[in-house]
Amino acid sequence: MTGPFDTPPDWARAAFSSDPNPSFADLVRRVDPGMLPAAEGSTPIAIPHGTTILALRFGDGIVMAGDRRATEGFSIADRRMEKVFPADEFSAVAIAGAAGPAIDIVRLLQVELEHYEKLEGDPLSLEGKANRLAQMIKQNFPLAMQGLVVVPLFGGYDTRRSEGRIFRYDAVGGRYEDIDFHSTGSGGVHARASLKKSYKKDLNREQAVRAAVEALVDASDEDAATGGPDLERNIFPIVAVVTNEGYTVVPDDELRPIVEAILADRGRS
Amino acid sequence: MAPMPYYVSPEQMMKDRADYARKGIARGKSIVSVECSPGILIVAENPSETLHKISEIYDRIAFAAVGKYNEFENFRIAGVRLADLRGYSYSREDVTAKSVANAYAQALGTIFTQEMKPFEIEILVAQVGETPDSDEMYRVLYDGSLQDEQGVVAMGGHAEALMQSLQNGYQPGLDLGAALRLGGQALAAADPERPLRAQVLEVALLDRSRPRRAFRRLSDAQVEELLQGGS
Repeated sequence: MTGPFDTPPDWARAAFSSDPNPSFADLVRRVDPGMLPAAEGSTPIAIPHGTTILALRFGDGIVMAGDRRATEGFSIADRRMEKVFPADEFSAVAIAGAAGPAIDIVRLLQVELEHYEKLEGDPLSLEGKANRLAQMIKQNFPLAMQGLVVVPLFGGYDTRRSEGRIFRYDAVGGRYEDIDFHSTGSGGVHARASLKKSYKKDLNREQAVRAAVEALVDASDEDAATGGPDLERNIFPIVAVVTNEGYTVVPDDELRPIVEAILADRGRS
Repeated sequence: MAPMPYYVSPEQMMKDRADYARKGIARGKSIVSVECSPGILIVAENPSETLHKISEIYDRIAFAAVGKYNEFENFRIAGVRLADLRGYSYSREDVTAKSVANAYAQALGTIFTQEMKPFEIEILVAQVGETPDSDEMYRVLYDGSLQDEQGVVAMGGHAEALMQSLQNGYQPGLDLGAALRLGGQALAAADPERPLRAQVLEVALLDRSRPRRAFRRLSDAQVEELLQGGS
């Protein structure tokens, strides 16, 4: 007999076991591997895909941004999708590729980092967080082989080194650190070309946010799967900033004048 | 000839175990918890900076324990695991202090009756609500009994004297400073040999106003200022 507050017996067994492993993902694997993102199953033919995401370093930390469009084949699946998330207080993760598995991986990563912090009393190092994400992507490999590729960007403020750092990944979990900027997804090439022109060392926050928005506008100009800012419908990219004060999202009120200025510069405001 | 097996009545066996656990807990340091307007304040006598007696379990839920560290540390870890599993497989809102306290009660009850030696620990599971009315505190005893507490809680050595002085000074809606002074003075009064200094107190607040993770520790400097009359 189990009531609503009873714990499933295999959960209790794993929870009270003396295994000192502080990883949440490993705990889930012991208890019920079906809850993990990389669970094997049938592959739906058309599922939403997220498109363009980018990250760049600036003087106080990093900026991470993503457009809002998700596509399903040649259709637009979502106009207001969010692709940038806080991984924890001092790090951010952005996703491109198959939206379903990507969001699952983000959810697992968020719990993984918080779980470690609570059990150990200290947060993981930024590099440790980046490595955990690499392992999760590696475990998604069977799905990647079926076309459900997940390619995130990860970045944050390294409180030990007192600087922002960004990491990119390939579909099999390879992890590479970028010293300035990177972008990925279907419009990633165009966003990267744009960032290459606007990026300088030690930008301030305003300049970095503008560079990010401009790169997304450029990507949406060239790539059909990337959604540009929509002033009529109030759809703006998600732009997150991570500094030594933590993760914050740039509010739409602040993005609107930046978008207007960029469009005005191009003579079509 | 094999020695004669001797008979101990079940009542006597349970009483012996309970006495053993109670004595072990009473020898240790104490913890008090006070519901106040900014949240739930937990104060422990603990000179160590790194071996905590008060910890975060989940967004709105904290853990505090008295007794043997190695015994309650396992329970803390189990609580975090259960809470994270529940929140990941259902939703963050579905993690409650009640479910964590219940799992503790089951485990402690089993240990009390089946192991060679009962655990010498008592655990408090507190959950801060949106208003003081919806705060919840559960106390789990060494034998697995589960108590629903309101207002103030005292556990560990001198628990009865502590409870007395807490109840004398408690009223609903205290501010943070008043709640800390109430708890700190109760600890100091219960054991005059131990002076009340910020360095020997471990203080944490389940902060009602924080958006998600309500748990925060108070630094020695903050505690000192509040003890001196801050709010």
